[in-house]
Amino acid sequence: MPVISYREALNQAMREEMERDADVFIMGEEVGHYNGAYKVTQGLLQRFSERRVVDAPIAEMGFAGIGVGAAMVGLRPIIEFMTFNFSLVAIDQIVNNAAKIYQMSGGQFNVPIVFRGPGGPAVQVGSQHSQSLETYYAHVPGLKVVMPSTAYDAKGLLKTSIRDDNPVVFIEGETLYNTTWDVPDATDGDHLIPIGLADVKRDGKDVTLIAWSKMVWTCLEAAKALAEEGIECEVVDPRTLRPLDVDTLAESVRKTGRCVIVEVGWPVAGYGAEVAYQMQKHCMDSLDAPIERVTSDDVPMPYAKNLEDEVQPQVKDVVAAVHRVLYLTE
Amino acid sequence: MSTPETKRIEPEDSSISETTVEELRPLYRQMLAIRRMEEASAKAYSQGKIGGFLHLIIGQEAVCVGAVAALEPKDYVVATYREHGHAYAKGVTSRAILAELHGKKTGCVKGLGGSMHIFDKKTNFLGGYGIVGGHVPIAAGAAFASKYRGDGAVTLCFFGEGASTIGGFAEGLALAGLWKLPVVFICENNQYSMGTPLYRSLAVEDVSMRALAHGMARDRFDGDDVIKVKRRIAEAVERARATGEPTLVEVVTYRFRGHSMSDPGLYRTKDEVEEWKRRDPLNRSRARLTELGMNEDELTTLEDDVKAEIEDAVKFAEESPPADAYLPYVVKE
Repeated sequence: MPVISYREALNQAMREEMERDADVFIMGEEVGHYNGAYKVTQGLLQRFSERRVVDAPIAEMGFAGIGVGAAMVGLRPIIEFMTFNFSLVAIDQIVNNAAKIYQMSGGQFNVPIVFRGPGGPAVQVGSQHSQSLETYYAHVPGLKVVMPSTAYDAKGLLKTSIRDDNPVVFIEGETLYNTTWDVPDATDGDHLIPIGLADVKRDGKDVTLIAWSKMVWTCLEAAKALAEEGIECEVVDPRTLRPLDVDTLAESVRKTGRCVIVEVGWPVAGYGAEVAYQMQKHCMDSLDAPIERVTSDDVPMPYAKNLEDEVQPQVKDVVAAVHRVLYLTE
Repeated sequence: MSTPETKRIEPEDSSISETTVEELRPLYRQMLAIRRMEEASAKAYSQGKIGGFLHLIIGQEAVCVGAVAALEPKDYVVATYREHGHAYAKGVTSRAILAELHGKKTGCVKGLGGSMHIFDKKTNFLGGYGIVGGHVPIAAGAAFASKYRGDGAVTLCFFGEGASTIGGFAEGLALAGLWKLPVVFICENNQYSMGTPLYRSLAVEDVSMRALAHGMARDRFDGDDVIKVKRRIAEAVERARATGEPTLVEVVTYRFRGHSMSDPGLYRTKDEVEEWKRRDPLNRSRARLTELGMNEDELTTLEDDVKAEIEDAVKFAEESPPADAYLPYVVKE
């Protein structure tokens, strides 16, 4: 399998699905002539023309809603938000329309649409451009929420999301675009990963680390450091937050008896709190320690690099949490 | 309390409503059925058989009936929470609408939507939406799909003048104008955004002027005469179908009752309401049918037929089984 970047994996997913299905089109700011603010749509305009790669003016509510309307009558839009921070001005379209139309219409109209773009903290772009909004969407019945951590997952899950008959909120890691992984290309056949299936990113027996998107990488690094102390962490990546693969997560926690949930979002009502609830409910008899959460600090993101790093979970914070669930003093 | 002067926005022009009994009779029948359906809903609401919010369209019937009469079956309609009439005009049955209002399994959306969320795939009725202005981009999206496919369908999007201040309206129009989408935006200006009159909500009371900002055609007229509404909307529909260009149409109308069942409408004077009731689109169409030669017996037969239809629909709604399933309609498997 070729080693490609997360960015290229997303590009391949869209290209393959657009080749496969003439109803798939992409719409968003700078997706065409500019080749994407993050170059994820590079070359798609050239291949598919302005009819299917549609540059939208700055009107997220407008073009998100256009996507919903087009999806209701059978097209399969991919709506790119330049970053998920801007999805907040379109959240009415996502929550009140995309997520509810299947229900409101008594199952007559479904909305096969993907809202995608980068999310999570970036680097030194200040509080309005650097935040994790997955909890907002994971809260809403009718949506699916996907957050791939690797190029392999990004391609397989985006292809599946485009084929899904429901609205999918697909949040890419803003700092992951240049990360690389082995990814099947078109000659290997369709690379499809089912939505709602977690993936064990590292095997271990002592502690389960549950993390998604960028935090998977932080946890893998922490697991490596802890292995040198003789502590074997299992890193489990749910990959999709809604629906959540409780079974795979619980299986790991029952095996290790200890669980640390790591997210880059804020602590209050963060998605990790839901994961913690599910784990205690399904693994109560196996738990040897209270479940720990590691989150960003409860503050808007500061600009200065040293403060920005301090606010977000670092490898040392994960290591410390693992020590706590093992009752090892620092 | 001050209220604005009640005025026509254009002089009476009878030439535009040249018509025949054959054309006007079915439209009068639709308007009357909508009126009777709304009255039956109000009664059921007061009896506690319908819950939630109930927004009646009584007084405005000529707008939805006239506009939808300008469409072909393949065309789409997107409407607001005051949409029973629009749905009926597009072909949704009074049985399906009233059963929905009663929260029954036989309702058009199985008791999951209620008064504000009527949808019907087979008649291309793309829904009733409860967030003001949020449906305007959806209508542009249906029109985008028509342009993408080249299927020749046109989308009508209805909203009140109260929607013209919210972002969804501005963005929906901006994109439809930019991309030349085959959609007709119809502002049913009933002169009150809930309880707020025009002069307290709009710096420019002529909503159709917004078309100028988006490079689209505009029209503005009184909505008392169903034939006039049909003719003028047909021009916009034709433009959309032939050239793909959108139009913003403002139709000045009036609701005889409050914003919803809980609103006694105390912000309007009795004189004002009475003045508009004298312009009742149903009376006007009935008088026109008489002029055109339909005799009283024929009119009575039509009216009895409507009465029987709505009585049957009420009975159907009351006797239908309650709604019984919600889980299968969250995510499509």
